[in-house]
Amino acid sequence: MMTEGSEVILSVRDLTAEVDGTPILKGMSLEIKAGEIHAIMGPNGSGKSTFSKVLAGHPAYEVTGGEVIFQGQNLLEMEPEERARSGVFLAFQYPLEIPGVSNLDFLRVAYNSRRKHQGLEELDAFDFDELIQEKLDVVKMDSAFLSRSVNEGFSGGEKKRNEILQMAILEPKLAILDETDSGLDIDALKIVANGVNQLANPENAMLVITHYQRLLNYIIPDRVHVMANGRIITSGTKELALELEARGYDWLLEAETAEVAV
Amino acid sequence: MTTQVSPKREVGYLSELLQQRPSLDVQAIGAETVAWLQEIRDRSTPIVRELAIPTTRDEEWRFTDLSSLLKVNFAAAKPTSPLPDISSLVLPEAAASRLVFVNGFYAPELSSVAGIPEGVFAGNLWANEIPRWRDYLAKLPGGQEVFSALNTASLTDAAVVWIPKNRSLEVPIHLLFVSTAGELPTVSQPRCLVVAESGSAVTVIEEYAVCPHPQPLSHRRGGQEYAAYLTNAVTEIWVGENAQVTHARMQREGEEAFHVGKTAIAQARHSRYTCCAVSLGAKVSRHNLEIFQTGEGTETILNALTKIAGEQLADTHSTIALNHPYGTARQVHKCIVGDRAHAVFNGKILVPKPAQLTDAGQLSRTLLLSPKARVDTKPQLEITADNVKCAHGATVSQLETDEIFYLQSRGLDADSARNLLINAFATEIVDRIPIASLRQTISQIVRSNPIS
Ligand SMILES: Nc1ncnc2c1ncn2[C@@H]1O[C@H](COP(=O)(O)OP(=O)(O)OP(=O)(O)O)[C@@H](O)[C@H]1O
Ligand SMILES: [Mg+2]
Repeated sequence: MMTEGSEVILSVRDLTAEVDGTPILKGMSLEIKAGEIHAIMGPNGSGKSTFSKVLAGHPAYEVTGGEVIFQGQNLLEMEPEERARSGVFLAFQYPLEIPGVSNLDFLRVAYNSRRKHQGLEELDAFDFDELIQEKLDVVKMDSAFLSRSVNEGFSGGEKKRNEILQMAILEPKLAILDETDSGLDIDALKIVANGVNQLANPENAMLVITHYQRLLNYIIPDRVHVMANGRIITSGTKELALELEARGYDWLLEAETAEVAV
Repeated sequence: MTTQVSPKREVGYLSELLQQRPSLDVQAIGAETVAWLQEIRDRSTPIVRELAIPTTRDEEWRFTDLSSLLKVNFAAAKPTSPLPDISSLVLPEAAASRLVFVNGFYAPELSSVAGIPEGVFAGNLWANEIPRWRDYLAKLPGGQEVFSALNTASLTDAAVVWIPKNRSLEVPIHLLFVSTAGELPTVSQPRCLVVAESGSAVTVIEEYAVCPHPQPLSHRRGGQEYAAYLTNAVTEIWVGENAQVTHARMQREGEEAFHVGKTAIAQARHSRYTCCAVSLGAKVSRHNLEIFQTGEGTETILNALTKIAGEQLADTHSTIALNHPYGTARQVHKCIVGDRAHAVFNGKILVPKPAQLTDAGQLSRTLLLSPKARVDTKPQLEITADNVKCAHGATVSQLETDEIFYLQSRGLDADSARNLLINAFATEIVDRIPIASLRQTISQIVRSNPIS
């Protein structure tokens, strides 16, 4: 779906970030245009989740350099909620449980804060109910989940589907999925992929973080990036994912060290 | 700050408080009632004379410093004229089953008992039904404790609720004690008596609230709008055999208030007592909750929510004194503490030898909203029976950055995220308030003041 001249949704240049004084991101650069799906792969601890949280504005990470432009705006200057309202969505690798807050209330508050930002009227409980029923179908979730506390006692797969439900309701401009496929059985994986594909359109962009090529059979990426040690060490087409699946990361990491040594 | 208060000063302080008790007016009350009240007062007065206001050297008051109380000289509270506007405190569910006391004085004009059915009694003590009250008023254990003794020694009137045998009352009864904080520090000592005879059922809402004084203050001193006041309340509840009492206790005193409250409950065989105690107001508050089991197979459910901020101190001391087999007790005590506020919880459960096959559980959970907020919580299970199931737990937590971030990442601003989480913490207790309108009010209060 790559189209020349389409709008740049996200532009990251030389981004560096640290947590408690330890540098984690060491020069990330990435550009995603409208209509594109990008995948990031890479070994454990390479900084993939850190990158996604920095984009979403997690306060624990301090950006020490570089820039992030989201639809022409300096993303790094925005509060996390402003980013969300402007259309950045992060599906968490480990979604939090929030006892005492009903899933339905949570979804409505989230939805209405986005609506308000767009200058649209907030939906009341009744109208929202209609919308949510429709979106529940997308992720094949039972409406019983709505009356439960957010993620409380949900299985791993249910939590991930709940993230996709939130995404489907918020209809973000940029969706970042951090290992949403991990721990899912094949049926759940298809449901999640289906949700993502339904949302993808020429106006928005997706960044899919995964360890498994399997997901990319269902969500076809335009670009695949490999992250190691806080930056992207190589990028390619979807074939790169197949190669990584077959050969692992070592050959790339070795090449990377060899390069550094030169 | 001087914390050294000489015992002599305390004794003097207490007898001065005692002197503020209203005189018993034969004209208004009736000779027989006056004689009876005098008798009750006379039993307690010598006890008060022996005692002193506790200090932090007393084990039961270790964390609750009353020295700021000793700095205030309280005069007796007076009835107000005109009466205050209580419309915001009216519960629609109890619109015709409400007793209102203003500054400790029964206000029939603000009360409404039209919805109280025949055979059930809800009214004040002066209604003269002494014979059946004699065995209950000021008869529960624990009356030797200094504030209870002071209340009893000052006994003038009481809110009385009486549910006859096998009667199940549909309408809840609202006992509303309003203080009109004025220009001078005042003391009032409310009293309640609830008797649920065997097989009966009733819901009682006991509420302490502040109401703007009907006459505006003539001048304001140093930015402080209202003077301090002291509420020293005692409530006795008798739950008869197989009877059921659902009790909501709302403490919403004014900012400058001192509130000391005793709730003493006797639970007969197979009875069920459920309490939901909410403490929001007062500068310094203490709630003593004491349950005495008088027969086997009782069920006791205690829920409590304290939400304080600023410099507030709120202390709850509860005792569940079991003495018979097959009792169950479930206690959940939650505190939300902001700013430099200080919450205290001490929960005793006594399970002596005769209380075999007791099943008791206690949970204390605190949410600290600021680094300067403080809680002292202490479970005290004293178990000598050997075949029992008793468990307790205590947690202290803070709002987690990751939780707030998760909500922010869905578009909620940081304040709304915090409020949502605070509300979520409180929900477990708020949901158990037995009256819908009250549930709504309390949930709004919990939601509405973001504290940092
Ligand atoms: N809050 C934190 N405090 C300390 N170290 C952190 C923190 N967050 C991340 N790190 C460290 O930063 C590095 C990158 O972590 P990150 O979670 O971004 O990796 P990842 O690529 O997402 O790994 P995985 O594939 O296992 O999910 C790790 O070494 C991790 O321990
Ligand atoms: Mg990760």
